[in-house]
Amino acid sequence: MTAPAMTLSDVQQAALIRKLTALADDEIILAQRGGEWTGHAPILEEDIALANIAQDELGHAGLYLELRRALDGSDADALAFTRSADEFTSARFVELPKGDWAFTMLRQYLYDAYEALWLDAARKSVYEPLAEVANKAFREERFHLQHTALWVERLALGTPESMKRTQDALNALWPYVGQLWQPVEGEGGLIEAGLLPDLNAVKTRWEGLIVPHLTVQCGLILPPGGAEQPGRDTHTEDLAPLLDEMQRVYRAHPDTPYW
Amino acid sequence: MTAIQPQLTPQAIWAVLDTVPDPEIPVVSVTDMGMVRDVQIGEDGAVTVTFTPTFSGCPALHVIRDSIGEAVRGLGASAVEVKSTLTPPWTTDWIKEDARERLRQYGIAPPAPAEDGLIQLQADATRCPRCASFDVRMTGSFGPTLCKRLYVCDSCKEPFEGFKSV
Repeated sequence: MTAPAMTLSDVQQAALIRKLTALADDEIILAQRGGEWTGHAPILEEDIALANIAQDELGHAGLYLELRRALDGSDADALAFTRSADEFTSARFVELPKGDWAFTMLRQYLYDAYEALWLDAARKSVYEPLAEVANKAFREERFHLQHTALWVERLALGTPESMKRTQDALNALWPYVGQLWQPVEGEGGLIEAGLLPDLNAVKTRWEGLIVPHLTVQCGLILPPGGAEQPGRDTHTEDLAPLLDEMQRVYRAHPDTPYW
Repeated sequence: MTAIQPQLTPQAIWAVLDTVPDPEIPVVSVTDMGMVRDVQIGEDGAVTVTFTPTFSGCPALHVIRDSIGEAVRGLGASAVEVKSTLTPPWTTDWIKEDARERLRQYGIAPPAPAEDGLIQLQADATRCPRCASFDVRMTGSFGPTLCKRLYVCDSCKEPFEGFKSV
């Protein structure tokens, strides 16, 4: 049964809402990018796989926004379909256009590893509703990571062309990935109180997992880390056109019940 | 105040839920899948059914919730609330034994025991639901629904779907 939520201070509640929204926004935008491959992936099985992964990520966004609804009564659909680019809090890492297959697989891989490890740590949250969500989503995320890790390996060890494209993708993505480790405003307090995972600890585990895989196993060269990134209020120019497409139907027919 | 319908017993509710099909795999019911976790009847005859989603992004969840409500209302319940819970998280280990056989007859390989933590050394390997051969290959680690993967049998050459073990 769903456990009663603990009492939060106003400051904690505001910070938790910010974090849940940022988590959901990353999932929504990445799912939309994944969905752009539907009907266009190199082979049918991969078309299906990527659509599955995108659907799972949307499911996770739904879980996070349900936690937010319990705190402030907000509506998940309204949040996803009526906010403008300025109001979204997605990381630029997930906003970048889908690129080629190597770019898509490598981004999904870096993200899946981050998400799986963050969720694994969030299973121990003292905020029971988040621990429950993490327990559920973690079990699904394992399948993603298995799949995308294999693809990165396949591409990196494939032909000179696929190797080059994978290295290019890593060079392009690496400067952006650091944003996933930036705390939202007030996150430090929630980490201290045991509500959220320690980002530095998750990052250490993430590096321990993906760096040897990318370099030793896949033979890729890790580019130097990028400069300090601005926060989640700064977006790429790619976000607005993405939202235009994603929100078009909802905006045209806001009162249409679809279930 | 509505009088409680005499036929409104927990047994009757569980029995009617046994007839609510999984919308994506109609040969099994929501109870076969282990999705219904609890049934409560309040003093005023209002029924609360607690169910747990299989996959959090499953698009059939709304249909399942509506079908459960409709089935229980059909027994004469004055009010039905369908609650969802995530704890404990759903596992394919909850799929009933006879439902596994129906899945196999339908052409879907039933799930092997789920691994939570340590690997299981005696886990059943996936076998072809048609010819029972173990000579199978996974052709896609994802399938037409979130809960399944794609395989092909190298013995009888048939492609088939298999449940993920979650």
